[in-house]
Amino acid sequence: MLFLRQVATVAAKDLRSELRTKEALNASLSFALVILLLFSFAFDPTSEMTREISGGLLWLVFAFAGALILNRSFARELENDCLDALIASPVPAPALFLGKVAANYLLLLGIEIVCLPVFGVFYNVRWAQQPLWLLLVLVLASWGIAVVGTVFSALTVNLRLRELMLPMLVYPMLIPCLMAAMQLTTPLLAGQPVEGDLLAWLRMLVGFDIIFTALAVMLIDTVLIG
Amino acid sequence: MREKILYGLGALAAVLLTHNIWKMLTGLPDEAFQGAIFRIIFFHVPAAFTCFACYFTSLVASILYLKSKQLKYDSLSVSTIEVGLAFGAANLISGMIWARIIWGIWWTWDWRLTSSLICWLLYAGYLVLRRAVEEPTERARLSAVMSILSFSVVPFVFFSIKWFRTQHPQPVLYGEGKMDSAYRSMLYFNWLPLLMVAVMLVAVRMMQERRQREIDALRRTVHAF
Repeated sequence: MLFLRQVATVAAKDLRSELRTKEALNASLSFALVILLLFSFAFDPTSEMTREISGGLLWLVFAFAGALILNRSFARELENDCLDALIASPVPAPALFLGKVAANYLLLLGIEIVCLPVFGVFYNVRWAQQPLWLLLVLVLASWGIAVVGTVFSALTVNLRLRELMLPMLVYPMLIPCLMAAMQLTTPLLAGQPVEGDLLAWLRMLVGFDIIFTALAVMLIDTVLIG
Repeated sequence: MREKILYGLGALAAVLLTHNIWKMLTGLPDEAFQGAIFRIIFFHVPAAFTCFACYFTSLVASILYLKSKQLKYDSLSVSTIEVGLAFGAANLISGMIWARIIWGIWWTWDWRLTSSLICWLLYAGYLVLRRAVEEPTERARLSAVMSILSFSVVPFVFFSIKWFRTQHPQPVLYGEGKMDSAYRSMLYFNWLPLLMVAVMLVAVRMMQERRQREIDALRRTVHAF
């Protein structure tokens, strides 16, 4: 119970400081819009082909935009040695970590919810045909991105070239999660429900989330404290 | 003395390899469907096994490092990953050559190939991560975590041909796969010299790491004066 309250406190702190400054949120949102715009030059945005690759496109945008949020997650605490203060506080490392994951998760979901209609308008995709399934995929895959990304955010926070290292390490690790999300999102945007072979991808998403949440919580003490 | 043993191991591996190649080319008949190119399996599969063995050793070494904080485990971890990457590359490249002959393409995005490539990239990321950290104990700690996280993909690579329908052939060594016993024993027998080469390379790399640590310590002592 205490643990959950600590998680909530850390998450609320992160969200509050983010919503007051909006530094990562604004950057990430505008970056997502820029990528959406850039993709339109790569191919004809109104063609039938767009519908076939829409899932992949969308998740690439989310992954790129997410990296900006994740980068700030621990880097924000470097000023005034806040990270040391957080580690020295009575909050255990897993609670600190899960709090940060929760904050990143909510921010990521927020960006995705904003991007989806924009994507629908720009690329003429009716995205809300299977809203509940789509929401489930968003919820599961974003958790995977948030967990893995936050671990690596903590891992790279003190490194030279932090901004470069994070995407380089995170994206290969996220491939199973992103791939499953892409494979699920494309038929969902076309209005097909999740059934048959697609259920295997859903299982893969759930498995990814469970495995990496467990690994991350196990290893976070080592990453943050040593 | 230790170096002599290593050189002996290397020489033995070279002799064994020569013997195996000779036997492969003269003793074993061509495979019924694929012809001569089939012999690449005697390097393709053992290279993958050696690569997995290296990654697994690195996982164990990383866990041991986190438990004991002894830097020798960190050197073992980085050495095995470097050697594992070399054998992983050998596996990928030999597979591409084989694919070019039999499938007519260098690369296809099926699960086995994709996951092997992801795995290779993750461990390459491990080496890049090491370069970005200056302080030895912090470097050891962070890279141990990275090694443990990266290993989560390895079982996936191994079982992908069992779990998914892939263009890559189904397992021939375990499960329902079948392989002529002469081919099979050749495959395992050729794994031995590759493993010996890997052990030798890891040992040489560990010696380098130890000397590097000694040099760093001496340099610090000199700076202290």
